[in-house]
Amino acid sequence: MRELTIAAGSLPAWVRTLAGAHVPAGEAVLTWFEPDLDAQLRYASGLVLLTDRQVVSLEWSGSRANGKSGGPPRTVKQWPIDHDSEFKCKDQAGVGRLELVRQGEVLASWRYTMARAAGAHRLADRWEAEVRGEKVAPEETKAAETANIECPVCGTPSPVGSSTCASCGASLSKKAVWSLFRLFGVARKYFWMTLLGFVLTLAGTASGLIPPYLTMPLMDDYLVPYQGGHAIDPDMVKWYLVGLAGAAVLAWVLTWGQMYVLAWVSERVAADLRTMTYQHLQKLSLEYFGRKRTGDLISRVSSDTDRICYFLSVYVLDFATDVLMLVMTVAILVSIDWELAMVTLLPLPLISFLVFRVQGRLARGFSSGNRAWAELTNVLADTIPGIRVVKAFAQEDREVERFHRSNERVLHTNDRINRVWAYFSAVVVLLTELGVLVVWIVGVYRVFHHSVTVGVLTSFVAYISRFYTRLDSMSRIASATQRAAASAQRVFGILDRVPKVVEASNPIPAKNLEGSITLQDVGFRFGTRPVLRGINLSIRAGEMIGLAGQSGAGKTTLINLVCRFYDVTEGAILVDGADIRQYSLGEYRRRVGLVLQEPFLFYGTVAENIAYGRPNASRTEIIAAARAARAHEFILRLPGGYDSLVGERGQFLSGGERQRISIARALLVDPRILILDEATSSVDTETEREIQVALSNLIKGRTTIAIAHRLSTLQRADRLVVMEHGEIVEVGPHQELLDRGGVYARLYQAQFETPHGTAEDPEEEDDDDLAGAPAAAIKDK
Amino acid sequence: MPPFRLERNQRGRLALVNERGETFEDIEVVRAFPLTDPRHWISICDGAGKELLFIDNLDGVEAATRSLIEEELSQREFVPVITRITNTPSSDEPATWQVETDRGATTFEVESDEAIHRQENFRVSITDSHGIRYEIPDIRRLDARSRKALERFL
Ligand SMILES: Nc1ncnc2c1ncn2[C@@H]1O[C@H](COP(=O)(O)OP(=O)(O)O)[C@@H](O)[C@H]1O
Ligand SMILES: [Mg+2]
Repeated sequence: MRELTIAAGSLPAWVRTLAGAHVPAGEAVLTWFEPDLDAQLRYASGLVLLTDRQVVSLEWSGSRANGKSGGPPRTVKQWPIDHDSEFKCKDQAGVGRLELVRQGEVLASWRYTMARAAGAHRLADRWEAEVRGEKVAPEETKAAETANIECPVCGTPSPVGSSTCASCGASLSKKAVWSLFRLFGVARKYFWMTLLGFVLTLAGTASGLIPPYLTMPLMDDYLVPYQGGHAIDPDMVKWYLVGLAGAAVLAWVLTWGQMYVLAWVSERVAADLRTMTYQHLQKLSLEYFGRKRTGDLISRVSSDTDRICYFLSVYVLDFATDVLMLVMTVAILVSIDWELAMVTLLPLPLISFLVFRVQGRLARGFSSGNRAWAELTNVLADTIPGIRVVKAFAQEDREVERFHRSNERVLHTNDRINRVWAYFSAVVVLLTELGVLVVWIVGVYRVFHHSVTVGVLTSFVAYISRFYTRLDSMSRIASATQRAAASAQRVFGILDRVPKVVEASNPIPAKNLEGSITLQDVGFRFGTRPVLRGINLSIRAGEMIGLAGQSGAGKTTLINLVCRFYDVTEGAILVDGADIRQYSLGEYRRRVGLVLQEPFLFYGTVAENIAYGRPNASRTEIIAAARAARAHEFILRLPGGYDSLVGERGQFLSGGERQRISIARALLVDPRILILDEATSSVDTETEREIQVALSNLIKGRTTIAIAHRLSTLQRADRLVVMEHGEIVEVGPHQELLDRGGVYARLYQAQFETPHGTAEDPEEEDDDDLAGAPAAAIKDK
Repeated sequence: MPPFRLERNQRGRLALVNERGETFEDIEVVRAFPLTDPRHWISICDGAGKELLFIDNLDGVEAATRSLIEEELSQREFVPVITRITNTPSSDEPATWQVETDRGATTFEVESDEAIHRQENFRVSITDSHGIRYEIPDIRRLDARSRKALERFL
């Protein structure tokens, strides 16, 4: 194949092949896009290749397997492009349109579903960057090359062996049972204990088979002859009985050991799995939590891992014993009398066939059962924290109804499983009963014809009743396996998710940051929805920036990017001149302090909450932080002082008190970069004043980005940044922006035209002697 | 910590005299960490809750003042120390506890398991449904029966 320049290395192999055939040599393929609809909005695959000189569009009729294989394209079109050309994306109601426009004229257009929207936007952005003359680094080569499976839902490639898509969580491998095999990976740590468990199982099962083997000669050689009037050796009878007792004791000891050892292992596997899942969950970015329901996640970490544990400790053990027992019994039966043995085994193929039939239905049943259960947990996780809203709007009955409906769904899915299962079990019982009957018939016939003895027949019946109970219990594994597999798949669904915000491979330590921040052409979108565009801003170390703008302008999103809750989709954020993606994630975040509008406190004491970011902080430091946050005195008034419990989410405290504790919490970690997102907008003016004072302590010597709704609170800022619709529209000090008479001036005026406007007069609020007060409070210690 | 003095006035209330000789009447003495560190971090506030003085260690305070503070604190704080649990509290909620304390025998109700808090290794505090706190300074020093009754909750 010909050499393709620059980005070619980053193209997937199939795109490269097609590019080799349709792009002239020497042209660089910048990026590609796969439209999946034709002009009439019928599914049809296509491929759009963007080079530095032209657009090449390939179309196939109908959809092929992701455009990756199949015959030559139906049509190939080319359009030369230059710096006047533009690509425009319009997404509407699940369908999008990508247009190539030059001087207002639409030259070409492609249609696509939302599943492909990201590609269209990427192409448009890439061309824009090209026109601006930027050199863009090739797309992530790694993802394209190591990935072999592509998600059928969202198209994101995942590493081979994953059972679920790393990006959207859709199931990749069809058989949930494969997830169970992955449990071996978790169990490897306990290899020796597992081995011991299985050896014990083997021995225990074997010991269970001894008694009928002893009763057979006991009957044929002693009891039957005795009844026939022959003299026998009573000592030997005694020994047989002792042997029977000994076998029972042996079976007891071995079973005890085997159960204990295997339960020990499975508890540990499940516990490891739980911790692993939770640990992984903590690493996932905010985006993941934004899309998942809390209840669903809770049920995955708690009840699904528990089901797996139950499966491992009870069913796997039982199954193994059953299989061993069956094999050994068959061996013994065949060795005693192979003809009778064959008769005994008659129902086996039928049962196997039934198990096979019932598996699929059970699998579907359990998977919808788990989802129904997760939905139930969702309702709880939703309404219990929101109980005040429920009560305030008197919607208790509706919530009960909602719970009832979810519960009905659980009931319904379980009923469905039980119906299938009950029928299946009954059939198995019937078959085994019939089996015993047939053995009796054949056996009696052969006793009459003297081809077997009574002893052999009785031990045979003893064996086969064991055999059939085993068979019955073994068939139960069908249901248990499917149940556990459905759970394992949900657990691995979390574990396989690749965190979006990842640690750099060679992170730079972020111990001593100065705190200067540079935003370079930052762009961000949620999915395909652009929220921030072309943000450029440099913030000096120690500067205070006030961020203003209408709600929905993208202020919170911007600071979320600075905190690295999300990574930018375009451009870069530099702190002290280095891209924040290069810093060690944990260390970087420890240098950033965050105070949110809705301060979240954890269940625990006031002191524990203040020390959340630095659990080993001394009491002196905790008190100093509380003082600076103006929280010390109200804390002393609480019945337990710093040892008072704050309740779940801090609900024993008022909004302003929670806020001040969260400020103390941010202060204690001594961050270089401080971010305040509407930290004071939910409290009364008096409390706000107190908090303002606390904040003025907090911002000293730190780079601060403060978002505030009341613009008066931003006047202390060195510069104000005004945002509108995801873009920065004005930057400058308060007075300058007022004089300019732009967006800021308008926002500012609007706040004082309200009927209560005078109460919030900014000049009153900017109270300098108050700012000095907390310093004094610290001094008099 | 600046020098200061405490006085008891005619009405039996405490007053603080600070290093500049100013007198503050009707002061309150509060522990910042009543559970986890009762010997340190004591705050003296005026009637409105404004802090006048902060003592990080009582040992540094002269004996007469210290005994005044301790007297005031013991007046202020009602934390019975449980010496024996006489019934077997059920794990239902609320559960009734019958105990003997350093202040005599009593019965109280506990709303939920969360009200039973293991502080450090062997120290336990229990908050009843009225918010009264009971302390067990060292569970190892309880008798076997009481310990058994308690262990289910820890
Ligand atoms: N998790 C999300 N998913 C999709 N869109 C979001 C998400 N979070 C915020 N948005 C959207 O991004 C835009 C900017 O939001 P935000 O940054 O919170 O605005 P504000 O300036 O009020 O803080 C809003 O239009 C909002 O609807
Ligand atoms: Mg916001």
